[in-house]
Amino acid sequence: MTALSESVGDVVAEREYHLSRDTLVRYAGASGDFNPIHYRDDVALSVGLEGVLAHGMLTMGVAVQPVVDWLGTRGTVVDYSVRFTRPVLVDPVDGATVTVVAKLAVVDEEGARIDLTVSAAGATVLGKAQVRVALTAP
Amino acid sequence: MNPDLLERVFPPTAPYLVGREKVREFARAVLSTNPLNHDVDAARAAGYADVVAPPTFPVVVQESTLAQLLAEPDGGIDFSHVVHGEQRFSYTRPIVAGDELTATLSVTSVKSLGGNSMVTAESAIVDSSGAHVVTAVSTLVVRGDA
Repeated sequence: MTALSESVGDVVAEREYHLSRDTLVRYAGASGDFNPIHYRDDVALSVGLEGVLAHGMLTMGVAVQPVVDWLGTRGTVVDYSVRFTRPVLVDPVDGATVTVVAKLAVVDEEGARIDLTVSAAGATVLGKAQVRVALTAP
Repeated sequence: MNPDLLERVFPPTAPYLVGREKVREFARAVLSTNPLNHDVDAARAAGYADVVAPPTFPVVVQESTLAQLLAEPDGGIDFSHVVHGEQRFSYTRPIVAGDELTATLSVTSVKSLGGNSMVTAESAIVDSSGAHVVTAVSTLVVRGDA
């Protein structure tokens, strides 16, 4: 097992991501989720939303990237879970900024757990976002 | 929503062949610049057979299982009232380009909560040898005004 140089409680990665409407359209195509609330304001408004939202799975997918990059070739993600607590509203002009702070929460024989704080517009958007990593080469 | 959905197991989906360009396309879509997702040489140098899919890639395979659930004639789930509540991926190994994956959906929990219903659907994803790769677990909230 590869030893980590960081200690429990340390921030191992912190990143900001800009999401635009283009990002949402690209994710729709790549994932196959073509729910129109992710690209049409009229549809979003008609179902009572404030406007077009990012796919929850896009936010989840982006939020784990800082951990994947931090981990590099030292190991792999073995478990990743989130709760979708608040939607990310994506303005047609300004988009949205998603901030990810990844903190080392647990180090044990199996590897480590990294807890993510993911926020947009000053509010947390994912709850209980936890990444379990195994520190073994493939 | 029909409470009899609990413990229902659906037929396995048709095999999904993970393409190298699909992995790269998905990686770009989740804003990954990691060489393991894009560069075959980097992935091979790290011990993988080909480019590695990002952790949330199984959603592409899971899509067809959730379609089975929503299409269930007696399921009573109206897609327009469904909100994604929780998601989990539990891996035995990472997905790499070249994998041929099959998903089997089972409904593991059905709950009513203050007029809303919650259904938890597990998609167990195996490779062409039948070995487990990843299980994708989705909790969907079906709004009570459905």
